[in-house]
Amino acid sequence: MLWEVDIHLRDAAGDHAARAVVAGAAELGVAGCMRATTATGWLIEGDLSRADVERLAAAVLADPVTETFTVAEAGDAVLTTAAAGLPTVLHVLPRAGVTDPAAETALEACGLLGLRPSAVRSVRKYWLPALGTAEADRLAWKLLASEAIHDVVIGPLPHRTLAGGRPWTFSQETVRLKGLDDAALDRLSRERCLALSAAELHAVRDHFQSLGRDPLEIELETIAQTWSEHCCHKTLGSPIDHVGPSGAVRYDNLLKETVFASTRKVREQLGPNDWCVSVFRDNSGVVRFDGDHDICVKVETHNHPSAIEPYGGAATGLGGVIRDVLGTGLGAKPIANLDVFCVGRPDTPAADLPPGVIHPRRLLAGVVAGVRDYGNRMGIPTIAGAVAYDPGYIGNPLVFCGTVGIMPRNSADAAVQVGDLVVVAGGRTGRDGIHGATFSSVELSSDSESQSGGSVQIGHAIHEKMLTDFVLEASRQRLFHAITDCGAGGLSSAVGEMAATLGAEVDLDRVPLKYDGLSATEAWISEAQERMVLAVAPADWEKLSKIAADEGVEATAIGTFTGAGRLVLRWQGRTAGELDCHFLHEGRPRRRLASRYVPPAVKPTAWTLRADDSLTASLLDVLAAPDVASKEWIIRQYDHEVQGCSIVKPLLGPGAGPADGTVVRGVLGRDRGIVLGVGLRHRLGLLDPYQMAAGGIVEAMANAIAVGADPARIALLDNFCWGDCRREESLGTLVEACRACHDMAVAFAAPFVSGKDSLNNVFAWTDASGTHHERSIPPTLLATAMGQVENVHRAITPDLKQVGNRLAIIGLSRGELAGSQLELVGRVHGGRVPQVDAAACREVFAAVATAQRAGLVVACHDCSDGGFLTAVAEMAIAGGSAARITLADVPMEADGSSGNGSALHRDLAIAFTETPGRFVCEVPAAVADRFAVEMSQRNQTRPNQTQKVPWAWIGEVVAGDQLEIVSTAGSATTVPVASLARAWRGGA
Amino acid sequence: MLSPRAMILRAPGTNCDHETAHAFERAGAIARRVHVHALAQKPSLADDFQILCIPGGFSYGDDIASGRIFALELKSRLADSLAKFRDRGGLILGICNGFQVLLQTGLLLSDPISGAARASLAHNTSGMFLDRWVHLQAVPGRCVFLQGMDRFELPVAHGEGRFVTRSPEDFAAFDAAGQLVLRYAADASGTSSNPNGAMGDVAGVCDETGRILGLMPHPERFIDALQHPAWNGRLDPAAAGAGFPFFTNAVRAVS
Repeated sequence: MLWEVDIHLRDAAGDHAARAVVAGAAELGVAGCMRATTATGWLIEGDLSRADVERLAAAVLADPVTETFTVAEAGDAVLTTAAAGLPTVLHVLPRAGVTDPAAETALEACGLLGLRPSAVRSVRKYWLPALGTAEADRLAWKLLASEAIHDVVIGPLPHRTLAGGRPWTFSQETVRLKGLDDAALDRLSRERCLALSAAELHAVRDHFQSLGRDPLEIELETIAQTWSEHCCHKTLGSPIDHVGPSGAVRYDNLLKETVFASTRKVREQLGPNDWCVSVFRDNSGVVRFDGDHDICVKVETHNHPSAIEPYGGAATGLGGVIRDVLGTGLGAKPIANLDVFCVGRPDTPAADLPPGVIHPRRLLAGVVAGVRDYGNRMGIPTIAGAVAYDPGYIGNPLVFCGTVGIMPRNSADAAVQVGDLVVVAGGRTGRDGIHGATFSSVELSSDSESQSGGSVQIGHAIHEKMLTDFVLEASRQRLFHAITDCGAGGLSSAVGEMAATLGAEVDLDRVPLKYDGLSATEAWISEAQERMVLAVAPADWEKLSKIAADEGVEATAIGTFTGAGRLVLRWQGRTAGELDCHFLHEGRPRRRLASRYVPPAVKPTAWTLRADDSLTASLLDVLAAPDVASKEWIIRQYDHEVQGCSIVKPLLGPGAGPADGTVVRGVLGRDRGIVLGVGLRHRLGLLDPYQMAAGGIVEAMANAIAVGADPARIALLDNFCWGDCRREESLGTLVEACRACHDMAVAFAAPFVSGKDSLNNVFAWTDASGTHHERSIPPTLLATAMGQVENVHRAITPDLKQVGNRLAIIGLSRGELAGSQLELVGRVHGGRVPQVDAAACREVFAAVATAQRAGLVVACHDCSDGGFLTAVAEMAIAGGSAARITLADVPMEADGSSGNGSALHRDLAIAFTETPGRFVCEVPAAVADRFAVEMSQRNQTRPNQTQKVPWAWIGEVVAGDQLEIVSTAGSATTVPVASLARAWRGGA
Repeated sequence: MLSPRAMILRAPGTNCDHETAHAFERAGAIARRVHVHALAQKPSLADDFQILCIPGGFSYGDDIASGRIFALELKSRLADSLAKFRDRGGLILGICNGFQVLLQTGLLLSDPISGAARASLAHNTSGMFLDRWVHLQAVPGRCVFLQGMDRFELPVAHGEGRFVTRSPEDFAAFDAAGQLVLRYAADASGTSSNPNGAMGDVAGVCDETGRILGLMPHPERFIDALQHPAWNGRLDPAAAGAGFPFFTNAVRAVS
């Protein structure tokens, strides 16, 4: 019997879902949807009486104070009775096979009442005014549902059963490669979503020919997952012949010779003081923290899934990177999250979007909700992040999620032992997420929603929370030898990786399934979420199972690590496939690639000021510009204070202004802190990829240093997101960015400890006239800096503190307005790209850190988006304080970039140039002399001009409520700090 | 005198258990995190404790309603031992999700005869999860946890925290009985800091004895000054936070 229970609110005023529908409909231009009501429905199948279902509704599904319920057999007319004036009933429910966390919870709750339904599914129900089919469809698919995961039913639900598939019967499919030409191989790769090139398929064919056969489907799939761009640095690890501005360079392995090489050099320099623990080999990078702990960090992208299903894509992106940390060494505890989103501008007209593209505003709301619901449920504070808006990300947004973890010392090394059991723990395996790894390695198109099939998933955060509790307890008791997460490629990648040298035998029929019907291949490559694979000594299995049971987690031994160097897959005792581990991991042919980079011509600075333009008008516009403006609406949706360790929060000071870096205690009750900073200079990607990358790294480090991080203890992460790197020009920009990473890491002695690349960020579509378009994202490097503060008491925040204190700028400004926020708000075009002078930056970092350590700085903010004046404005907003600054005092390189030399141009250039590596410091009046002496003595001891740090007093904190700006011509203008705050918060 | 013992009762999805245990330990208690499954298997575990705290989180995902399944679990498997714990004078504190659980178990504000819930915590009027700091006014009355407290700040972080009663009469009755002990107050500029649309600005309530308290704000997130978003340069980093007295009061009351 299939029952339906509908839960209605007693008080319609509380129906915020209905309000959202009405507002959303108005925004979509769906006429006549002025009113709506909503309900939550539950489809419940099983041998249950009406009384059982009513008991369930009363005890579990409905709130006795705020809700009422209706119980009926599915399809009963009472369930779709029109509400007054609202004849259309629209249902949104998860497609069969899509994770339905609420239904899973309801199913578990039934057990507490002694009820045993066979299946439950959740439904959202909407009662709407009479709408045409087209209008109802538009409302459904643009606002309420996602094609990738939902079914929409208008009118009565047709369901009479929720029963799923039948058990799969064993069969094997041989994939014929023999005799296929390259065109046929390409077609085969495309049709099976393998993302393998013809050359790679040649290698596969040759390998199997040497065995006298063609590969089986499961074998070919395993190879495709393992060789996907997602799972190995296929492009970055390639030999590349590069021709750039400084001539030709030949790399045998780009990544090894740039990013990895810089880390090696830094570690060699550090010698016995090397504080790296495990870099570039585990699921995250591990460094020393205190006497008892190491910390680790990883940032991942989940771009393609998020483009199609923003909520599920972002949530599972975060879930994945949390498991990366959990799966590092012998398990690390996740203690902080960060998220960075790159999307189209919020004011993009809907008519300008290519077909199939979700509007950037809806997309951003979706990814934020995904991170919110996953991160908050996991109980991990999301404390750092950024949003970048650029038309280049329309159709192919970037969603970066990162996690920091902490683990006891001496647990970073893990090694599988021969004889260990292959244990899969956590959620069950379903047909979700098939081909995610290979899907992410092909371009997105306007048809991706339908083509991606099962590659998009919904996360179940509580299962991951339970899994985390289990893993950390098992780790504490040292009950496993190694652990890794099931991410892209599912078990095939996780087990394949752990068995890379030893080999394993796996009984795929033992993998716990969500429902019947999965084939051996599907169980093997499904990317179902919330699973980890552990290597467990047989002697520890009983203890481990007990902990799993106590935490309510399913843990199943599905095989053994053998030592035979072969990956043997079985189904009910029969061999389903068999691969040589060496071929699987070393057999991928490496192809020499060519790349070139020709810098675009520098455009001269062209001013485009309005007749009545002013410094303050420009400042208000920059503060309101999307990249700079407050992200409070996002930050407040995230629990950024859970775990009780957040010390410098993303919104701070009496005025709740923006932070630079954020700080968490590593351990409750202890004072050593972890600092997170991110840097993203995407606007420079097309102008100068080297400076884009270098500037991003400096920004991330400056964020961390501003808040007090020790410059000698900053670990870096790289996340490359690029367009079509099969094009020599695209690959050329990637090479330039890698060079920048190398140079910065060496210059700052800040090692890269982990990273990830996401290439092929291309969106393709055909317009109404039949013309095919392809658009690559701008080359984008996200740099993440993880720093440390010895004592969180001594962290320094950017909010202005005290009237009478003086303000100093440290670091030289140059007229570099290309890609600046001032350009974005239409005041200027072209100009020089901001240049990183790494040696000078290093000195600035050291000078700031020295002054901070000497107790001479009470507020500190780095100058990044919007430059110096924006930084001062943000400090005033955060502190709720007034300030006076004098532009003429800012140390500025004379270079003629200020156009025709008008006073306003000069002022704007000083105020808004985005030269990297500058800080504004608030210095107590009482120690101002000491600060000056400290800085000048520092410079006197540096004979080399390049080591001297330009700095100057540029103003003070004053009484009142105005920011006063004295122009280079000596005239003062004022603007109320409240107006700055309003502009920054998006008000008029 | 032995230190009092505080049980931090957790369920799948509980996520504020560590910092809540830490707050009790700082206040002088011995805190133990106990999984509800373990307690259900051995209810006598509770005999060793004087304080029971249900901390914040998303028990069982809160997919159906906050705290609903955890409460059902307590009602169906541990009703007697909880009643026994209360009747022998044990203190019970429910924070955020724990408050939701206490209301749904009937330990707080339920109908004395039918046991039916007379109050609930509904979705915030904004429809959104919200993490922010609020100003609070305590009217401690008998409430053990709030003794000596007046106006202070704490953070909230929830999507379902709007206090509602079954009827206006119920609200008036709780008010008259002095059970609505913690209210959202205006900030310095006079703006209400009610973050969720709660009836009567109610942020926390206690039972008739004052020994059971449920509240939406998180006292365990403000036990030292550094947890305040504007501490830097303004508060003594070594000072205690406004949430700390919740824990010291509890410890003192059972010592």
